Amino acid sequence: MMSDPRPLSPHLQIYRWQLTSVLSILHRFTGVALSVGAILLVSWLGAASDGPEAFGRFQQFMGSWFGLLLLFGWTVALFYHLCNGIRHLVWDTGRGLDLKSVYAGGWIVLAATAGLTVLAWALGCWHWRH
Amino acid sequence: MAMSQMRSPLGRVLGLGSAKEGVEHWWRQRITAIALVPLTLWLVVGVIGLVGADRAALVAWLHNPMSAVLMIVLLAATFYHAALGLQVVIEDYIHGEAMRLTALMLVYGLCILLALRGIVAVLQLALGA
Repeated sequence: MMSDPRPLSPHLQIYRWQLTSVLSILHRFTGVALSVGAILLVSWLGAASDGPEAFGRFQQFMGSWFGLLLLFGWTVALFYHLCNGIRHLVWDTGRGLDLKSVYAGGWIVLAATAGLTVLAWALGCWHWRH
Repeated sequence: MAMSQMRSPLGRVLGLGSAKEGVEHWWRQRITAIALVPLTLWLVVGVIGLVGADRAALVAWLHNPMSAVLMIVLLAATFYHAALGLQVVIEDYIHGEAMRLTALMLVYGLCILLALRGIVAVLQLALGA
């Protein structure tokens, strides 16, 4: 059956991405990432229940550049999945399904993700310094 | 009309459609999603409040019964929502029956274990000295 050598569609080198499909893929991707990231939350609580020594080790790991990078990625994924999830819930009510609203909502989700991430880290840094 | 006549009376009464699952999965995903909107924002605010704090501050936070209850509900909703979502990904991409069932059992098993580990930790911290 694979005798025809023509390129398959979508041919990724010449494929023009659309906001709609990219955001859809990102929703699934961040969902899977957050499922793995939820282990972080359990580790935090588990370390605290194990005692001060285990909690100290966890805090040291989260304070390292790798830990902070994980936490930053986790924050971005969380806010994106949250905002786009709300977009999905709006669609579930039958609203905003025309092309113009779908694109507008997409840009709003991206802006809200960036805004909430910056806000959360700004508040976190401010709290850390005080 | 023609559509409804193609379906058996039993099929119409059960309302499960061609996938034989109805809307149960979809509905549970939505309910957990709606619950997780305020719960997640609560967690983020709580974690920001604990930045740089020691273990005692976290213990004090979870000693508040409302915080402990919200954290337990958040853990349950998070891992249920995660299992439901990962189930869809697995069913989309893994086509072999044996592999698919194995992956589904692994994902649900891990989600249950992680949720319970987190809940037990919260209970230990909330009820401990």
